Amino acid sequence: MSATIDGRPIEARAGATILDACRDAGLDVPTLCYLETLTPVNACRVCVVEVEGARVLAPACSRRIEPGMVVRTRSPRVDLSRKLVLELLGSSVDLSTAPTLEPLMREYGADPGRFGPAPATVRQSPKVDNDLYMRDYSKCVLCYKCVEACGTDAQHTFAIAAAGRGFDAHISTEFDVVLPESACVYCGNCIAVCPTGALMAKHEYDLREAGAWKPEVQTATDTTCPYCGVGCTLTVHVQDRRIVKVTSPLESEVTRGNLCVKGRFGFEYVNKTG
Amino acid sequence: MDLHITGGEPTEDERAAIDALLGVPESGWEGAARDIARDGRTAAGGHSVAGQRHRLLPALHAVQDRVGWVSRGAMNYICRRLSVPPAEAWGVLTFYHLLARAPRPTAVAHVCDDIACRLRGAEALCQELETRLGPPLAGGSPAATPDMNGAGVSGAVEAAPALRRAGAPAPAAMAWQRSPCLGQCDAGSAALITRAGAMPERFVLAPAADASAIVEALAGSTPAPPRPTVRWTGTPRLLSRVGKVDPASLDGYREQGGYRALARALELGPERVIAEVTASKLLGRGGAAFPTGRKWDAVRRQPATPHYVVCNADESEPGTFKDRVLMEQDPFAVVEAMTICGLATGAAQGFIYIRGEYPLAEARVGSAIAEAREAGLLGADVMGSGQAFDIEVRRGGGAYICGEETALFNSIEGRRGEPRSKPPFPAEVGVFGKPTVANNVETLVNVLAIVLEGGESWARLGTPASTGTRLFCLSGHVERPGLYEVPFGATLRDLIDLAGGVPGGRGVKAVLLGGAAGSFVGPGHLDLPLTFEDARAAGATLGSGVIMVYDETADIADSLHRIAEFFHHESCGQCVPCRVGTQRQLELLPTLAAPSASSAAAAASVFGELSVAMKDASICGLGQTASGAIESALNLGLIERPVKGGE
Ligand SMILES: Cc1cc2nc3c(=O)[nH]c(=O)nc-3n(C[C@H](O)[C@H](O)[C@H](O)COP(=O)(O)O)c2cc1C
Ligand code: SF4
Ligand code: SF4
Ligand code: SF4
Ligand code: FES
Ligand code: FES
Repeated sequence: MSATIDGRPIEARAGATILDACRDAGLDVPTLCYLETLTPVNACRVCVVEVEGARVLAPACSRRIEPGMVVRTRSPRVDLSRKLVLELLGSSVDLSTAPTLEPLMREYGADPGRFGPAPATVRQSPKVDNDLYMRDYSKCVLCYKCVEACGTDAQHTFAIAAAGRGFDAHISTEFDVVLPESACVYCGNCIAVCPTGALMAKHEYDLREAGAWKPEVQTATDTTCPYCGVGCTLTVHVQDRRIVKVTSPLESEVTRGNLCVKGRFGFEYVNKTG
Repeated sequence: MDLHITGGEPTEDERAAIDALLGVPESGWEGAARDIARDGRTAAGGHSVAGQRHRLLPALHAVQDRVGWVSRGAMNYICRRLSVPPAEAWGVLTFYHLLARAPRPTAVAHVCDDIACRLRGAEALCQELETRLGPPLAGGSPAATPDMNGAGVSGAVEAAPALRRAGAPAPAAMAWQRSPCLGQCDAGSAALITRAGAMPERFVLAPAADASAIVEALAGSTPAPPRPTVRWTGTPRLLSRVGKVDPASLDGYREQGGYRALARALELGPERVIAEVTASKLLGRGGAAFPTGRKWDAVRRQPATPHYVVCNADESEPGTFKDRVLMEQDPFAVVEAMTICGLATGAAQGFIYIRGEYPLAEARVGSAIAEAREAGLLGADVMGSGQAFDIEVRRGGGAYICGEETALFNSIEGRRGEPRSKPPFPAEVGVFGKPTVANNVETLVNVLAIVLEGGESWARLGTPASTGTRLFCLSGHVERPGLYEVPFGATLRDLIDLAGGVPGGRGVKAVLLGGAAGSFVGPGHLDLPLTFEDARAAGATLGSGVIMVYDETADIADSLHRIAEFFHHESCGQCVPCRVGTQRQLELLPTLAAPSASSAAAAASVFGELSVAMKDASICGLGQTASGAIESALNLGLIERPVKGGE
């Protein structure tokens, strides 16, 4: 199907989103709540684009492209909305461990400081309630990715969900119980998709707290999980000859970035023998 | 689904309330006492269980009604019965402000402190109540998440000494909280009273004359039935039976022409009915003004089945009460119109989603449905046509956003009332993912006359682009607040005159058109013809038919602050521009009238950009319209004094 993006004629497959079409055409559209492996929730609105004839902007990540659609991925309208979305996030959420947002802030000239001296934030104390991972919702942009990963997009455990409403909306277990009391099975698939570091392995959190987290010296090596016969691909992150984190590549056809508690957290024995 | 449920069993009362709704559980899997011999080799699962999720909100209501709040044990039991993960049920429970999740007194007054009532002294009433009953519960604000033990619930109430002397209920048996508009704006003041218990009571006191009247209602008195002020010019189409027919009597309804339209619709057949509705050029009265005929036709043509009809009776736009009056006074008309819609669009099931603040409308529509079913006007064989159609009433939980049609679908389905991304539109993917006609109450009731008169003839009233008559909800500074039916094209001045003009002969400072989601117009617009096209040309909207009049003494800044609070309170929180934007709007508002011109100008520029982004980038109409009223007030120069600070 033919459409026009930024003045360029493009051909898109049926069912493609505007984002798909842009990426195929080599055009960049920023995203925050979108991830290839998850169902789009189109909640963050960082990816909005202008569709000719439409009253409002459209989320590129989920709006399907239509024949003859004329799309602008950059325009004063688009840039203004993106800037405001970044400012609203920057003024309410601690983005200190969200590396992808920093360059966007610069690109769009976002100034989160302009909402006055004391804008309300989602600041709160971190929830450290188990040995495997912690949750710092001061850093949560409410992208719903963790909820999707814990739910029907991957894990089907449904330990966490959005609760509350409006500015008070937040991710929570039922009655805000601690994770060990919840349905959580510590697969860590929510950590893997969290774009802001709100969810973090306890190990990484402790190293960061101690000032000993050094990404610049870390190496990442792909290997196969030693535990069971599925044989998931593990990416082992090593710092100073010790494993500090385990992830799995999003591109892996077997895992699509997901692991179980053993693959993701069961590496201490290696460090002990090393 | 492999549920993991920890902590808490239901009390006897909670279990009884839930079982009364859902039936007695059949196995340990659903929460009955464990019996290995019976349950050991079976599992509850599959579609029959997954298909129960839509009963989540009704089940939560059942507990709320019985006990006055929803405990962890009660929620867990509901989760077992319906196979819903507790985290998701918690997400739903915390979405609705009429549901409490910490213990509180069983009798609670939800007192309106919204814009129309503020113009008539709501704040003084709240102050008076505070003296009598102590500070309000935080429950009206979803920002308050009391802790699990309920210790965090604010304003646990000590009854005032005067009350105890009067032998009223024990201390802490009653409490009050502030509420957004209760849809009683013509009364001048209003309170929704909820009394939990084995015989739960929910009723509205409007007017809520003073604190004593509210306290008495909390203690057990029941109010007189409402007598709405309704007026019209010419011959009313929508209000013809209001006040003249016994809302409980099907015979009475039939005597006044009821069910002739359904008979005619059956003669015409679905295509002709839709053709007539299309010819009438009827536009939706819920706010978006979409052509109704086109919507019906699109649903009729959808190959996917089943089709559904959803009547949107969530009416929560501040200043709006028209649908309530129709449902309370002429409930059979709503039922008949939905039936016509169902038969025309190939739907066998309809839902009417009535806001939780409308107990009388819920009761009257509910009994109208039962009577119609009894008389064969609903059910497997509607009026002997061989076609099936039935209606289920769903009660909202206190959430303005659930009036947005896709949020409403999610709410019916037992999910959080978060709007969905459109497209796909409801005609294709609606409630339960199926083709759905969603129409406003007033829209549907119009169909009766259209079917009887024929679309073209019906369309002679009004203007070519805005056909028919319109219900306008007049409130604020007019002599006779009430519901007015006039043909499209009457001017704002006509309506204000019809309502007896401004009290004391004072001048009009501004009129809020369309509710909190609408905009202010100044006295220069009094000759604006009230049509969709003229409103649009003037940069305004008729919205849900709100005409709220502010006289020259009115404090607009106070209203603006309440409007900003309203959107802050009602945003679903899903998308950034609205979730954080409504918060920032509330914070910026006081600075818009800053003492120094330059800082006010700086604030106005930030507000202006914020407003554009909220309009352009929000998911739904709530975020898109949340800044409109304030912006219009700024443009009209109506902000004369600093708007009071946010919380
Ligand atoms: C925030 C919001 C609240 C709404 N509330 C209502 C409502 O209470 N009643 C209603 O009929 N429509 C409401 N609507 C409009 C509905 O989404 C929908 O357009 C309407 O029900 C369609 O019916 P109609 O075509 O008959 O107007 C609301 C829309 C938004 C964005
Ligand atoms: S660790 Fe796994 S089970 Fe636990 S919340 Fe995250 S995704 Fe859900
Ligand atoms: S915790 Fe992370 S993944 Fe979850 S919603 Fe917040 S930012 Fe998104
Ligand atoms: S605009 Fe507001 S109410 Fe609508 S989806 Fe976004 S957050 Fe929810
Ligand atoms: S990436 Fe599209 S809305 Fe978040
Ligand atoms: S009932 Fe009070 S403003 Fe509507």
